[in-house]
Amino acid sequence: MTVAVQASGRVERARGRRRITSRTLSGYMFLTPWLIGFIGLTAGPILVSLYLSFTDFDLLQDPNWVGAANYVRIATADPKFLSSMKVTFLFVLFAVPLKLAFALGVAMLLNKGIAGLPVYRALFYLPSLLGASVAIAVLWRQLFAGNGLINQALALVGIQGPSWISNPNYALWTLVVLSIWQFGSPMIIFLAGLRQIPRDLYEAAAIDGAKPWHRFWRITLPLLTPVVFFNAVIQTIEAFKAFTPAFIISEGTGGPIDSTLFYTLYLYQEAFSNFRMGYASALAWVLVVIIALFTAFSFLSARYWVHYDE
Amino acid sequence: MSDITLDSPTRRPLSRSLLIHIALCACSLAMLYPLLWMLASSFKDDSQIFSSASLWPDSFSLDAYVRGWSGLDISFGQFFWNSAVISVLSVIGNVFACSLTAFAFARLRFPGRNFWFALMLGTLMLPYHVTLIPQYVLFLSLDWVDTFLPLVVPKYLASDAFFIFLMVQFFRGLPRELDEAAMMDGCSPWKIYWKIIMPLSKPVLATAAIFSFIWTWDDFFAPLIYLNDMGSYTVQLGLRNFVDSTGKSDWSALFAMSILTLLPVFVFFLFFQRLLIEGVATTGLKR
Repeated sequence: MTVAVQASGRVERARGRRRITSRTLSGYMFLTPWLIGFIGLTAGPILVSLYLSFTDFDLLQDPNWVGAANYVRIATADPKFLSSMKVTFLFVLFAVPLKLAFALGVAMLLNKGIAGLPVYRALFYLPSLLGASVAIAVLWRQLFAGNGLINQALALVGIQGPSWISNPNYALWTLVVLSIWQFGSPMIIFLAGLRQIPRDLYEAAAIDGAKPWHRFWRITLPLLTPVVFFNAVIQTIEAFKAFTPAFIISEGTGGPIDSTLFYTLYLYQEAFSNFRMGYASALAWVLVVIIALFTAFSFLSARYWVHYDE
Repeated sequence: MSDITLDSPTRRPLSRSLLIHIALCACSLAMLYPLLWMLASSFKDDSQIFSSASLWPDSFSLDAYVRGWSGLDISFGQFFWNSAVISVLSVIGNVFACSLTAFAFARLRFPGRNFWFALMLGTLMLPYHVTLIPQYVLFLSLDWVDTFLPLVVPKYLASDAFFIFLMVQFFRGLPRELDEAAMMDGCSPWKIYWKIIMPLSKPVLATAAIFSFIWTWDDFFAPLIYLNDMGSYTVQLGLRNFVDSTGKSDWSALFAMSILTLLPVFVFFLFFQRLLIEGVATTGLKR
């Protein structure tokens, strides 16, 4: 009797163990491609890149350890680092808020229960979808050229516009405009958020005689803060990583006079034009730290201004 | 725009909704005008491009397309072929590898799952610059530079965490009873994945496939780094080369080729805009 119980218990346990191992096995079988990629293309390279950032690696010779020299140079002796930082921060600081403001404004107009909503939404989304391609950057170059479409339009009202993209005072702003032009995807997310706001809140506010501005300030915006937060984080990270338009418009130089030298463009030049791979690795780590700090700051600040209902 | 309809919904004064329509039409026209103008300019000759901002060409000609198509040493036909091959292979890789991974994370229970899942989420926000140089060195030492392999192989290793995340969210929403019942009937996890989960997940697989096609088609950075030989250029690289060589002297040909490179993305937009917009709305895609 006891023997039988023990035996059956053992069988149970063995069966259980077999189930667990076969489960583990099939779990990891499904995970294999990703695991290989994760180790070989992400985790491994992260470690290697950290190591290279402390070397003078130039792709031709074996890397030599140089200690923190790359980071010291970034912090103290690299004017191009500073100017590319300035360009990138200016871009982030203007492109992201303006794009989000535009996206929210149009989303609110679309949310007024008008006919033809799907058509408008699709039209506004189109630039977002096309915007990443080289063709759009090519178009932008022509639009803002000395004899481009913008200046032709300005000439109609008697204004002689400058050559926007070859003027260091304006070149970056053409890229800001390009970024705002692609407001479609945050707009769609805002629109989805606006639809979640209960209608009866507005009706109650209207009965209390709240003005439209008050309704926006007291109802719409607070209830929309989670979406604002989400869009702001995503768009800021994207703005830090912007590359293609600056590359095409400046023909890879970041000019005129480094006015469109985005940080990513500078990193690319160091790594793949000057083959200073060790230095470029250090630049990459600085970018990671900046994005990480920014993200951490956003999440910490979120508790003070983002409204989450329980 | 011809779709102004005056049937305004409840309680809204007619004039007000008309104002909104006017504002929206003006806004969309201003946004789309440059695109329409580029399309129109591709049918004009250069002197017309810079003399008029109008959309209608005085004379309609396809010359710019003919000139542009063979404007470089290697014809754009080759670039389109290369882009198509890379994009199609990438779509297949992304859909298979990411769905396998997502299935493991969403539907299987095994030790270490949460640990790996957290790491996978961690890679979502990681800027690619930090892995760029070691990956380049790796592919260089494998002798893969100037082949499509560095652009395609990572997709078969589920390198795009975003699509995994997208699919995990969808798979989790499917009823668990399906797996349990199938398990009772002695179905293996492979069968559950292939016969139950995949057929039920067509919407999310389609969304991932379309975005993956568009992003690969538009990608400029990776081809810029890995493809040096003009014979292996993608359309984006071809176009960039065209800007540098003849761009300033032949705008209409440049516009003609630009329009052609936008065309596949535009076709996807026309046919699948609903899926694309839903994808953005529910997951917060960046583009």
